[in-house]
Amino acid sequence: MSILVDADTTFIVQGITGREAVNLTRECLDYGAGARIVGGVTPGRLGRDVHGVPVFDTVQQAVEHHGAPIDGSVVTVPPAFTRDAVLEAIANGVKLVVIVTERIPRRDVAVMVEFASAHGARIIGPNCLGIIVPDVVKMGGIGGPARDAAKAYTPGPVGVISRSGGMTTEMSSTLSAAGLGQSTAVSIGGDAIIGTTYAELMPLFEADEQTEAIVIYTEPGGRMEAKLSAWVTDNASRLPIVAFMAGRFMDEMPGMSFGHAGTIVEGKEDTATEKITRLQAAGITVAERIEDIPDLVKQGIAARKGATV
Amino acid sequence: MRFYEYESRQIVQCAGIPVSPHGFARTASEARRAAEEIGGPVVIKSQVLTGGRMKAGGVRFADTPDAAEREAAQVLELEINGHMPRGVLVDSRAAVKQEYYAGVTWDGTRKRPVIIFSDEGGIDIEEVEHVGRRHLSNLAPPSEYEAKEAIASVGVTGRALTRLVPIVTRLARLFSDYDMTLAEINPLAELEDGSFVALDAHMDMENEARPRQKALLDALGVGDEETRQAREATEFELAGEAVDAQDHRGVAGNVTEFDGDLGLVIGAGGGSLTLFDAVRAHGGRPANYCEIGGNPSVAKACGLAKLVLSKPGVDKIAVMMSIVSNTRVDIVARGVVKACLELGHDPAEKIAIFRIPGAWEEEGFKILERYGVPYADRSVSLNEAARRAASAV
Repeated sequence: MSILVDADTTFIVQGITGREAVNLTRECLDYGAGARIVGGVTPGRLGRDVHGVPVFDTVQQAVEHHGAPIDGSVVTVPPAFTRDAVLEAIANGVKLVVIVTERIPRRDVAVMVEFASAHGARIIGPNCLGIIVPDVVKMGGIGGPARDAAKAYTPGPVGVISRSGGMTTEMSSTLSAAGLGQSTAVSIGGDAIIGTTYAELMPLFEADEQTEAIVIYTEPGGRMEAKLSAWVTDNASRLPIVAFMAGRFMDEMPGMSFGHAGTIVEGKEDTATEKITRLQAAGITVAERIEDIPDLVKQGIAARKGATV
Repeated sequence: MRFYEYESRQIVQCAGIPVSPHGFARTASEARRAAEEIGGPVVIKSQVLTGGRMKAGGVRFADTPDAAEREAAQVLELEINGHMPRGVLVDSRAAVKQEYYAGVTWDGTRKRPVIIFSDEGGIDIEEVEHVGRRHLSNLAPPSEYEAKEAIASVGVTGRALTRLVPIVTRLARLFSDYDMTLAEINPLAELEDGSFVALDAHMDMENEARPRQKALLDALGVGDEETRQAREATEFELAGEAVDAQDHRGVAGNVTEFDGDLGLVIGAGGGSLTLFDAVRAHGGRPANYCEIGGNPSVAKACGLAKLVLSKPGVDKIAVMMSIVSNTRVDIVARGVVKACLELGHDPAEKIAIFRIPGAWEEEGFKILERYGVPYADRSVSLNEAARRAASAV
């Protein structure tokens, strides 16, 4: 199985006529069983098509054309228009929104997230590459063209959650090379406020029978690792977790932001050092190097199996 | 981006929150005139974008305009945490009955703004125990009852409560209206006559909101060239921004200067962080941090590589990224080789290692082979690539 998406998931691409969105649409159509992209939305472009996907002015038109509720949307519109696009999708019944756009002010993100939760919808991102279920479906630019995505991602027991889109692929490729496939890999985005954090994805992976371990990529800034540590402890998670912490050099440079908007160290709790301590206190293994991750995952899985026998 | 105190006071005042009579001065004689206008004893406060002014001697007291001029002259010369002041704020010394703290910031975990209020003002809020917190909805503008609940929760009642409610509500609204990440009045003072004034204000605005807050920034006279980072941008860093701004395709910039000898052309966001750590872990001394991603043009990749190669003290560059999906390997390869050639260098000598696997890698590797540049595919980890880079200089 997988989390969030599967071969039957229908979705639209908002901003589909943009250069990157056209590529993204091609990639998703080509990957695995072929994504069920039932429409695209760009205001003023009704009647066009992108790689055979019909383009509409509104999400409402896309839903009417499809004749049934649409599960998801990939949003690739410029930052100033993202909030409206996301509200439009959710107001028209979309339950899973992947926001690719970066540089969206926090206030807009917070509005979208609260609106989503009030409507029973979920946001992944912003500033993310989306979701991939190896060999089945990808929703977003994650892994790139189908041929490249197939090189890095293979089906298997590891759930991957990452604040960096590129590192989602780097870690998955390393796992694949060591014979460890992925159940679902989620690029959750690099901003200070994001739709879905590690702790908010854990219940889904916990309930997924295919998933036997979790690998996370994390950075300084924010408190979402503390939240993950608390979740793992409070819920006696069955899943061993291996974390990789990048940006340790930032501890010496408070107030500076590197890599992603969310990485700024504003207090002691935000530092790499403090986060590593917290993760380890919750029983999460922190890998020193990416190439150490596969063995640590194998050890984690073996230890849990040993414990339950 | 952080605002100076004198700017923060302007923002607060425009939002309808009373502030103590004050003036901003860039010279000692301007400070004297401000003190004369205010009349009576004043406080001279250094205008720097850093904390710890009091400890560093950047806050002085003066009873007369003469003394104000003298103290201001000294404060204007005083560097604090590497920052020279932009001027001084000359503030009246009010008769304070009670100091409060009022702030609004983001709670990233709850994904909502939160009002923080205390009746122990004037000190660092982290050290205060008696604190009221009230989270705000994102879907409606801040309402007075929300501010009232925050204030009443620490036991404030009577006239103080009714006078504080509109002030704290306005603070919450300006936080939202101006895309602040922190809007703080500390201390918020109750004077002997029962009126309330902001005696200090600290505002931080989100960088991402700068385009849509242009009206406010124009009103305050803050230009695009003022980055307002924790550390002021160096010439090298500004040159990096210029490289990135030459076209809108992808990113090749976000440069931060360090004093090592190994130039880095690295990406993307997470990859840059991972690689920078790895180079240092292997004893390498990076000359810079930077980011490439989002499929930059050849010109941009070339511009960034040239900038890094031209930095005094840089011996070689390492070109490394995590596996790329939308950035094309061949485009980056062409850009960095071109940079070497245009500067009259042999790419095989100057590029310590090229490790970018992913989209269009076969084409990229062919270019590198032609010029004899050492390269690696995904079978070589980021860590191993960083080790090779660090040992090449």
